[in-house]
Amino acid sequence: MANDRAKLTFWLLLAPLMIWLLTLIVLPHLGMFLVSLREKVGVREYETSFANYAVFFNEPLYWNTFARTAYMSVTATALTLFIGFPIAYYIAKLTRGRTKTTLFLMCLIPFWVSELVRTFGWMILLRETGVISNVLQYLGLVGGPVEMLYNDAAIMTGLVYTSMLFMVVPLVTTLDSLDDSLIEAGYDLGASGFAILREIVIPHAMPGIVSGCIVVFMLSLGNYLTPILLGGKDSLWFTGLIYNQFITRFNWELGSAFGFLLLGLSSLIVFVGLKLSRQSLGKTMAQT
Amino acid sequence: MKSKLILSTVAAMMLSSVAAQADTLRLLTWGGYAPEDVIAKFEEQTGHTVEVTKSNNEEMIAKLRATNGGGFDLAQPSQDRIAGPQAEFGIYKPLDMSKIDTALFIPSMLEATKGNTTVDGEVYAVPHVWGTSGLVVNTAEAGDVKDYTDLCNDSVAGKVSYRLKRPTLIGFAYAMGLDPFAAYGDEAAYKDIIDQVEAKLVECKANVKTYWDGGDELKNLLRSGEVVAAMAWDTGGWQLNDDNADIIFVAPASGALGWIDTFVLPARGRADDAAYDWINFVMQPEIAAMITASAGNFTASKGGDANVDDALKAKYQASFPQEAIDNIKWYPSVPAGLEALEGAALDRINAAN
Repeated sequence: MANDRAKLTFWLLLAPLMIWLLTLIVLPHLGMFLVSLREKVGVREYETSFANYAVFFNEPLYWNTFARTAYMSVTATALTLFIGFPIAYYIAKLTRGRTKTTLFLMCLIPFWVSELVRTFGWMILLRETGVISNVLQYLGLVGGPVEMLYNDAAIMTGLVYTSMLFMVVPLVTTLDSLDDSLIEAGYDLGASGFAILREIVIPHAMPGIVSGCIVVFMLSLGNYLTPILLGGKDSLWFTGLIYNQFITRFNWELGSAFGFLLLGLSSLIVFVGLKLSRQSLGKTMAQT
Repeated sequence: MKSKLILSTVAAMMLSSVAAQADTLRLLTWGGYAPEDVIAKFEEQTGHTVEVTKSNNEEMIAKLRATNGGGFDLAQPSQDRIAGPQAEFGIYKPLDMSKIDTALFIPSMLEATKGNTTVDGEVYAVPHVWGTSGLVVNTAEAGDVKDYTDLCNDSVAGKVSYRLKRPTLIGFAYAMGLDPFAAYGDEAAYKDIIDQVEAKLVECKANVKTYWDGGDELKNLLRSGEVVAAMAWDTGGWQLNDDNADIIFVAPASGALGWIDTFVLPARGRADDAAYDWINFVMQPEIAAMITASAGNFTASKGGDANVDDALKAKYQASFPQEAIDNIKWYPSVPAGLEALEGAALDRINAAN
């Protein structure tokens, strides 16, 4: 009796999660998968085939766009880690009490406004008649207006800015759990600062680094607004292609196939990343 | 006790039957086509309530396709985007012309729209607002831009913008001396035209500052002077002209592209009567003038231009001398399937360096 009740409680508690997963994730993906297998042969005539997937591999444009998106996302992830690690280390190890909270809050503040507003903020700064261009002209550093928007560097800036928080938070958590006495012991034994970083800090922070990287990589790969708005005419991004197929071309079949390819290929990249860093997903998630 | 219950039930039923006549009209339309003051008047006169969703051609079709034509009671896609999607997805339902007061419409425009939107002998749309797309030019800095292909001139390098959508392909094709509308029925010939335009647009890409997406984005670019010539709608040019007298709308030498936004009933709309009421209401000349004031474009309402303010009329006449009006290329209905061709070309242009 008590056992039954415990079971019931378990299932009731689990129900919201299961309903969420089933109705919002599993069912739509099943539907999308079925759509992606339909090949259009005429007006309102469809056949089941893998033709939509073949389009991706046969047309270099789509393949290249995916490669470019993945490459840019990996670069953005690396940059975020490079900038985020010192910040996280400073917050976790060199500050105490109120300063720590304040610094942490400052990382959070940009996320109080929506992504759209943040991106428009960058557009105001970077555009030809924008803030930075005007300041440079005022200081006499440049002769005429400079256009800093609509290129890959602008996309990269936007991506790093958008994902910084998701790198800093897991890093701070793992670095917090590193016992200071280990670092002191390292110094006592005569290690240099770099050796301590390499032998003690980074190995301990590895789960945080990996989970931060996975989140940032996935966010960048799936980002739509930032590349489109900041990239302008060079804003080729895989999610943009999917949007185009669905909305402007009415080609849901190809759009669905692209969606699945994005899911599969990005999972593959994460898997390879985990193998290379010798981490497992379970271990990473448990420690952060 | 029982009689009381019956009475109250009858009362409730009577109330609900009144409510059934006063419907909620879910309108899927463009920005400016359903201004607040017009909605207020309509609600006061008919008792219906109106819910407006602003959108554009592609999104309207995508939304209706996602619900098999449900979720809205009246939509306003352009007249060239009705027969194709209807054949392909069946998202609209035929109009009952007896419920529409056809005397309110400009006859030639009504007939043209009916002709373009007839599928299997049934009429699907009546015209509402019309306008053109052409060139918006800052004459102080880019006076030599007279046609779409002039956007690729060295004199305006880096200061040009257009949309990466089908009107750009069509406009450039005409400016290059081709006739895409004549090739609509012949897929091979059309592909040949699109290939030529694609090559031209790839070559022209270095000249482009950015491809614009929304009207406000383009206005910002032109106002700040970052862009001096762009392919855009006539109203955008006329509005910018208020802020900066140098910026004008020019009908291109090869002809402006004319569009007509229409009224259609989504296949699973629930308030058809309210939809017909709305159509007959907004086509009255005085209401049509209010919509022209808000949207900036003229309507297909007979006599609707009489009450429009003189400033807008003057701008219209300056942009469109008689020969430019005669030269307007009206979009014929897009056959199903051509959009995939165009889409692939647009993707390749976007990817080019």
